[in-house]
Amino acid sequence: MTSLWSRLEPLLAKVRKPARYIGCEDGAIEPRHSPEKVAWLLAYPDVYEVGLPNQGLQILYEILNERSDAVAERTYAPWVDLDALLRQHGIPLFSLETHRAAGDFDILAFNLSSELVYTNLLNMVDLAGLPIHADRRTENHPLIIIGGHAAFNPEPMADFIDVAVLGEGEEVIGEITDVVREWKASGRTPGSRHAVLRALSRIPGAYVPSMYDVQYANGRVHSVAPRYADVPERVTKRTVSDLGAWNYPRRPLAPLTEVVHDRLAVEVFRGCTRGCRFCQAGMITRPVRERPAEQVRTMVAEGLKRTGYNEVSLTSLSTADFSGIEGLVSSLVPDPTACGAPTISLPSLRVDAFTVGLADKVAGGRRSGLTFAPEAGTWRLRTVINKLITEEDLYGAVDSAFSSGWSRTKLYFLTGLPSETDVDTRGIVDLAAGCVEVGRRHTKKASVTVSVGGFVPKSHTPFQWFGQNSVAELRRKIGLVREAASKAKGVNVKWHDPAASLAEGISSRGDRRIGPVIERVWRTGGVFQEWSEFFELDRWLDALAAEGLTVEEFVTRHRDEDEVFPWHHLSAGLHQDFLWQDWRAALAESGLEDCRWTPCYDCGVCTGDGLEHVVASAVPPAGGSQGTGQDLSRGGAIPVFIRPMEKPVGNTP
Amino acid sequence: MISKIRVSYSKVGKVRFTGHRDVAHMWERSLRKAEMPVAMSGGFHPRPKLAFGLALPTGAESVIELIDITLDAQSDTVLDDLNAMRERLSLALPVGLAVTDIWIPDQELISLQEGVVASSWLMMVDAPDIETEIDRINASSVAMLERERKGERHVDDVRPAILELQLAEPSLIDTFEPQWSVDRTATPVEAVLSNVGRSIRPTELIEVLLPARDPWDHLRRVLRTKQWIERDGQRIDVLADRAACPIGSA
Repeated sequence: MTSLWSRLEPLLAKVRKPARYIGCEDGAIEPRHSPEKVAWLLAYPDVYEVGLPNQGLQILYEILNERSDAVAERTYAPWVDLDALLRQHGIPLFSLETHRAAGDFDILAFNLSSELVYTNLLNMVDLAGLPIHADRRTENHPLIIIGGHAAFNPEPMADFIDVAVLGEGEEVIGEITDVVREWKASGRTPGSRHAVLRALSRIPGAYVPSMYDVQYANGRVHSVAPRYADVPERVTKRTVSDLGAWNYPRRPLAPLTEVVHDRLAVEVFRGCTRGCRFCQAGMITRPVRERPAEQVRTMVAEGLKRTGYNEVSLTSLSTADFSGIEGLVSSLVPDPTACGAPTISLPSLRVDAFTVGLADKVAGGRRSGLTFAPEAGTWRLRTVINKLITEEDLYGAVDSAFSSGWSRTKLYFLTGLPSETDVDTRGIVDLAAGCVEVGRRHTKKASVTVSVGGFVPKSHTPFQWFGQNSVAELRRKIGLVREAASKAKGVNVKWHDPAASLAEGISSRGDRRIGPVIERVWRTGGVFQEWSEFFELDRWLDALAAEGLTVEEFVTRHRDEDEVFPWHHLSAGLHQDFLWQDWRAALAESGLEDCRWTPCYDCGVCTGDGLEHVVASAVPPAGGSQGTGQDLSRGGAIPVFIRPMEKPVGNTP
Repeated sequence: MISKIRVSYSKVGKVRFTGHRDVAHMWERSLRKAEMPVAMSGGFHPRPKLAFGLALPTGAESVIELIDITLDAQSDTVLDDLNAMRERLSLALPVGLAVTDIWIPDQELISLQEGVVASSWLMMVDAPDIETEIDRINASSVAMLERERKGERHVDDVRPAILELQLAEPSLIDTFEPQWSVDRTATPVEAVLSNVGRSIRPTELIEVLLPARDPWDHLRRVLRTKQWIERDGQRIDVLADRAACPIGSA
């Protein structure tokens, strides 16, 4: 176990941004390796600037290093220039702290935030000098574990990984460490890899694909069954019941070079029960668990002191929903104009005037732009996706934003949603134009940027049955938006490449047959697929064709009630019945309120896991709350302008 | 009451792979961590009043980097505070950056960016023909270098910017150990390179010495050892004015 630093050093001067590879961050932990300890290498399969801020990785890094029987180091995907030099000089993937070879660790644990990074995982495993196929690895190789949101359908990666961890890692990493420590102590004897995998498969939340057989019938998954009696039939996600018991990271990492979110982050709650039907994050992270406000204040104060940052982001899926958020924000910045007072950023703004008031409070003098996510252009479609933002909420929010001095607003939309008609698609621009009109009452400079992304259905959501729109259809819809926007003053349009949405869709609901497709894409050079400069759809289409598979079957086809999903044996705690009923409710344009403040509708998560919401306030937040307690019959009513309500036409799957 | 201080610091080891902007951000965070009473600019984006010296190329190391810090007028900083500041700052800075000195700069001194006319460099060069090449450049009155300036290719005569160039005594390396520990199999070369007009970077000097090769294949390490200012036509060490105010010395 020696450091590769002296071999690496001469190469670093030749690559772009070499600071990506040196470690040395504030908060980095000098690991003390020993043969008795389980050595984890926490890997993020994207470039350093994207991966370093990842909170999940930072939390696990610290918890593991606090254990007496484990050490953890980090690694990120080397950029293509260093990748080429490493291969040319025969230097393997390395850790940042001690620059030792990835293959010297006991566990390589990858955080997978999205499907397009899968080829980077293969590339990193290969660069580590390890066989990419799990069945080719022996007791001499590390175990390869994945976690993160994309691990909820790990089947496309089943050939390559040893374990997928479902849900939150704080507790389960300790249980994995225990099993691997014993394996190490027993000398990792020949043939023992199977035994350790089988032991791991008995840990709740740990899924070992090689312990399950998949049967296909008529070209589709027919059943997934454990190969041994002691392997569970169904693996259910792990959830930490009390966030207050896990006040991590306590030593946040502050990098020496610029990264995407270059500020302190403090997580204020986990989970979201708004129930947006397209949103996998909201479905798989239930229930809501707030961090005690006092602990948030302590973590902010100590984090700022420790890192020297003067900006903190209060993170969650919808931070304005935090109980008593106003009081919290006020206590963090008694006087935002004071010299040296920290700046607070609130990501994931809710769409209402109350939230803009909050944003105003924390913005100090800065008024660059505000972003809202109505997601769909008409009230009808918003009831389908259960994003219950009334036009009153949106215009109120925009009015409040422009009157507080913002002159630019960005609106996020999805297109290719279930039952979406051209009326809904064009409605995106109507809504944006309405916002511009509201804004122009305050400033002539008012403009609105519309950002349109193609919808990719995800596992464990009510929309898992929906057939994704084809690239051609998404392009047509984006065309409709652009055309309508060209006639609307002050509305600019940006859009996400529909080709990338298709590639994402291939893996998002794929089964084990997608593994060879991912391998082909990687072997033909398809790394960094989230980066447009490296993305080529033809690589994916060629690979699918070479495997005899079709886009129709895996991406664009609507699924029936009796479909056996590839993740049938994996559970985010949600009842399949609940998801199906919610899907039917979506098509019936029937919204569902937030169960944080209304009676339980038994989605399965709390009842099944003996969990409950942890919220400090039993009532919804003031001033608009996206449907909760509102008169939904007035949702589409336009408070400012008179516009005819158009009746949607058919097109339901 | 002190309104402005000059800090000299070193940048050695892995941290050499960070850039000039990165170092500026490290200073901003470290000054806050050390709770230094730094004056802030006004406006919507208040910034600490810091003035950085010459940029150090990414990959190069230094025992003499400089930063001027304007102190908050209300802080009532006095000479006795400077020693404590030095300790707090060194603790707050990342591994590889260390404060070597703090003093009150000579009021007459012009800004760090404009005042420094040249730097001395100690380079560890791995090339068997380096001595011959040094003799060749020293014997020549021109040294042509093709390089990119402002997005265009230019061929410049950089010979006037090479003020001194010779093999260094190996004992010179001892001066900088153990802070700067290097593999001694390479040849130590010292040079004084001008920062005025058509200046030249250490890597460019290697390109001139060893044409048509990647300088980083031969330049193992490079350390800035001195910065020079000019006074009355004389080149003097930028640290010369420190003698008048020996407070905070390492």
